[in-house]
Amino acid sequence: MTIDEALPVSRRKEVVRQGVSVGVATGLYGVSFGALSVASGLSVLQTQALSLLMFTGGSQFALVGIIGAGGSGTSAIATASLLGIRNGLYALQVSQFLKAHGPKRMLAAHITIDESTAVGIGQEEPAAQRIGFWVTGLAVLAGWNLMTFVGALAGNALGDPKTWGLDAAAAGAFCALLWPRLATGDGRAAAVLAAFIALLTIPLVPAGIPVILAAVAAVIVGWMAHGRHERGEDGLPGAEPTP
Amino acid sequence: MNTWTTVLVACALAFVLKFSGFVVPARLLEGPRISRISALLPAALLSGLIVTQTFAGSDGRIVLDARLAAVGVAGILLWRKANFLVVVGAAAATAALLRLAGWS
Repeated sequence: MTIDEALPVSRRKEVVRQGVSVGVATGLYGVSFGALSVASGLSVLQTQALSLLMFTGGSQFALVGIIGAGGSGTSAIATASLLGIRNGLYALQVSQFLKAHGPKRMLAAHITIDESTAVGIGQEEPAAQRIGFWVTGLAVLAGWNLMTFVGALAGNALGDPKTWGLDAAAAGAFCALLWPRLATGDGRAAAVLAAFIALLTIPLVPAGIPVILAAVAAVIVGWMAHGRHERGEDGLPGAEPTP
Repeated sequence: MNTWTTVLVACALAFVLKFSGFVVPARLLEGPRISRISALLPAALLSGLIVTQTFAGSDGRIVLDARLAAVGVAGILLWRKANFLVVVGAAAATAALLRLAGWS
């Protein structure tokens, strides 16, 4: 990575620490993916291939969940890919501050996931955004793959990952990632509307789709908020930075 | 479809989706309305993920179980400004202990 702007050492350390701790935390529930994947009938090698090559937790869980439930390969691929759309949306934002080219851009694309994007765009300074993105992405890649391997091997010994609350650990991690985004009124509105959409659609559509439908909340709130902000009702200039 | 084919096709599509965000013209993101929407997308998706991970049962029904208590504990800890790892660990421990005690 290139550090083309002076960033105080203390600030840099802070961002690196944040990224590494997210990597460790995410790695923890890599155990749950490894165990769940093997329990769904995938081999250790297939499980590891998903963590290394697909590298996007939600899609991986969806894929093995559908295979484990006896779903077709096509529906597993479709659901995993729908969930992966958000990474493309993240990439749109990440590319704004990353300015990576060639092989570096390929690697950046590969590590464009919830966590790296959240830590990256959560920083104020562009240099800190880049450090946050790279450190988090690479830390999660390492931790997630290591712990997937541990989980896959321990899968049978560990038994049901639910016994250890590993499914709830994932939900807890998503809560922690969402929390700073609730600092703005628009963020809260989008989150609440999204929660309602997901809750209402869980019984109606296949697993994985409610999350995609929840994204509509961002369009609705963003669209309406834009009109409100443009009329100067809250005095905010343009899109506010994500905290 | 054989499992390896499923795995590898899904992996390839996952990368294509990620990479596409880097190569679409930047002007698509210009304009305050689009940037406002894209800034709100993670909040909406994360919220949707929390709800599905908390309430979705294996057969598409809404289920109230130990996961809801775990998310409640996570929320309280976040409100108390707890560290990320503490939140994740406490959520897991809450669900594990409730299940040990026999509640779903």
